[in-house]
Amino acid sequence: MPTVNPTRMELTRLKVKLATATRGHKLLKDKRDELMRQFLDLVRVNKTLREKVEQELQDANKNFVLARSTMSSEAVEVAFMAPKQEVSVDVDTKNVMSVDIPQFTTHTRTSDANDIYSYGFAFTSSDLDDAVQSLAELQDDMLKLAEVEKSCQLMAAEIEKTRRRVNALEHVMIPEYQKNIKYITMKLDENERSTQIRLMKVKDMMLEDKHHYKEKLEEPVTE
Amino acid sequence: MYKIAVMGDKDSIYGFAALGLDTFPFTDPVAAGRKMRELAENNYAVIYITEALADKLTAEIDHYREQMLPAIILIPGVSGNTGKGIQSVKKSVEQAVGSDIIFNN
Repeated sequence: MPTVNPTRMELTRLKVKLATATRGHKLLKDKRDELMRQFLDLVRVNKTLREKVEQELQDANKNFVLARSTMSSEAVEVAFMAPKQEVSVDVDTKNVMSVDIPQFTTHTRTSDANDIYSYGFAFTSSDLDDAVQSLAELQDDMLKLAEVEKSCQLMAAEIEKTRRRVNALEHVMIPEYQKNIKYITMKLDENERSTQIRLMKVKDMMLEDKHHYKEKLEEPVTE
Repeated sequence: MYKIAVMGDKDSIYGFAALGLDTFPFTDPVAAGRKMRELAENNYAVIYITEALADKLTAEIDHYREQMLPAIILIPGVSGNTGKGIQSVKKSVEQAVGSDIIFNN
């Protein structure tokens, strides 16, 4: 049996709690549904973007392998020793249903974003230029991928948490409150009935004392 | 101001240096894991890591999964695509939905 005091005060308290829980459950459920909707949209973007980036990276890698095959590794090392370009990222956050997701914007050090060749063209193979070029084209997509993928991960975590809360409210808290409320109501009703009966009994006894109905009933009719 | 890092074996990542990303060539997972923690604490917003290296650093990567920064993104290296990257997207879906409803074809 539940361990609650069957009192009116406890009943009022539980009713308030139940109302809050029900309201919270509804809100969290809405949150979960909306998060899920946005997550599914985002994850589809994530999937196509990733497939694209992976494909293009593989093509770029092929170019790099080609470049490596015609140049000594020292020459490659020298070519990339002093990069001209430098990229920094600004991180803004966007709030989606209480999940903070990052928004990246890049800044390049030199004003021309295409200023990527950190070497003279004399001693390097043209494959290397192609390779670097293909990577540079990919850079925006890769950053977008980072943004989207991180957002997906964060939202997935939040959805999982919200779903747990919804389930806990729906299957544990709310039924528990309802059970307790029912128990207290029954108990109070029971008490009321027994008080009623006791009063009736007492009234009976008092009337009996006064008027002696029983004796009168048992008395033989004389006339 | 945040920066972008690239980790992995040298052949897969050296080209990124030309774009102005910071490259950290590693093949030893222990040293790479240490470096990753260091980068995460030092204003790196995005860390690209090759799938081959990420394979040995699953614990570290999962640790940063639910933090806003850094975003650790798997990329295929020269050794080819192992499918680990798409696997991590799959994992998000499974975590959120309970079962995989995007990739089940």
